[in-house]
Amino acid sequence: MKSFERLVVEQIPRLRRYARALTGDRVPADDLVQETLARAMSRRHLWIRQKEIRPWLFTIMHNLYVNEIEKRARTPALFSAEENDARLVAKEHPEAGVILRDLGRALKALPEEQREVVLLVGLEQLSYRETARVLGIPSGTVMSRLSRARERLRELMSGTGKAGLRRIK
Amino acid sequence: MSKQSKTISEEELQSYVDGQLDGPSHDRVAAALTSDPELARRADELRRLADALHATYDSVLDEPMPTEMLRTVINRDQSPLLRLAAVVAWMTIGGVIGGLIVNSIAPQPASELRAERPLPREAAYAHAVYVPEIRHPVEVGADEREHLNAWLSKRLANPVVAPDIREAGYQLVGGRLLPDAGRPAAQFMYEDAQGTRITLYVRGHEESARDTALRHSTDGNISVVYWLDGSLAYALAGSIQRDQLENIAGDMYRALNP
Repeated sequence: MKSFERLVVEQIPRLRRYARALTGDRVPADDLVQETLARAMSRRHLWIRQKEIRPWLFTIMHNLYVNEIEKRARTPALFSAEENDARLVAKEHPEAGVILRDLGRALKALPEEQREVVLLVGLEQLSYRETARVLGIPSGTVMSRLSRARERLRELMSGTGKAGLRRIK
Repeated sequence: MSKQSKTISEEELQSYVDGQLDGPSHDRVAAALTSDPELARRADELRRLADALHATYDSVLDEPMPTEMLRTVINRDQSPLLRLAAVVAWMTIGGVIGGLIVNSIAPQPASELRAERPLPREAAYAHAVYVPEIRHPVEVGADEREHLNAWLSKRLANPVVAPDIREAGYQLVGGRLLPDAGRPAAQFMYEDAQGTRITLYVRGHEESARDTALRHSTDGNISVVYWLDGSLAYALAGSIQRDQLENIAGDMYRALNP
């Protein structure tokens, strides 16, 4: 039987990939992975061996990420100007067809919860059920959120929004 | 949206592309896709998004793993020196595999061999660190075999001899002195005609323990066969088949106990 440590180490590359796509930058992504690993090690007794370790680790990462977002929301100065741009546009003009041809930037323009769902399913290939567990939401919500997220991404990538176009940079 | 969405919903199509459907619901979407170009186009679009995500982010999987991450997971309770050895071993081999080896050999079930730190783990560390060495695989070469044996025997305060296993096809490369929990240990390296290296790790054994049968510990691509013999503990490590390694260990035992 594989040791707990080994199971965790095996997941590090995927945790890094997910964190990179989620945060968009290497440094905050690796910080998030580092924190996730530290928490996983301190809570190893909470892991049930019969269950897949990947959703468990992604759940820890999700919780840390959400905390971080909330913390950031209270101190908005931590966002870069460019990030703020994308966020503000996404927030104030959710119906606007923002042209963001670059996938990374398009992902950034998605609301956090949509970005997570599209990455967990589309990139990390978690099942809907696992994704629901990671995010703490019902499977039905995963499906509807996913569908909205993909539609939004499609619009962002192709620039075919229904409302007036607005170009960033 | 489009006409076929009357029969196949957006969520069904999405579930199909994400591999979440099976049985009749899977077959129903698959059938609809063959007869409905518009539906097929939408399915392709969904797939292209997944492809784009992979194309953008999969390179992260191949990036070298930061040592800090490995240190967080492995050997948290160990001395900095050993953690360093584990990390060096990981970097030497490269990729995840090395990390997995040192890592998963780490936790051992309790055994009478657990005098200081588990012997197979120490042996695997030392193996992983020195086997890839091209220029300095050993401190003292086989051409100074007598000196090597005398020197290591003196440092380990025990008669340490590099067993002769030429009959098994392995030539002695040489040996080195290593620290093991602050005490001297020895490593002999052997090489066969193809350049495959195996290492024998030797350290003193505290208790005047009974001799044990060969034990085996394996992971990924480093196998370790280990045994106690009087006041010394031996561990043979190599990335070869377990039965081959056991045969060589048997040869070694016989060479040491003529």
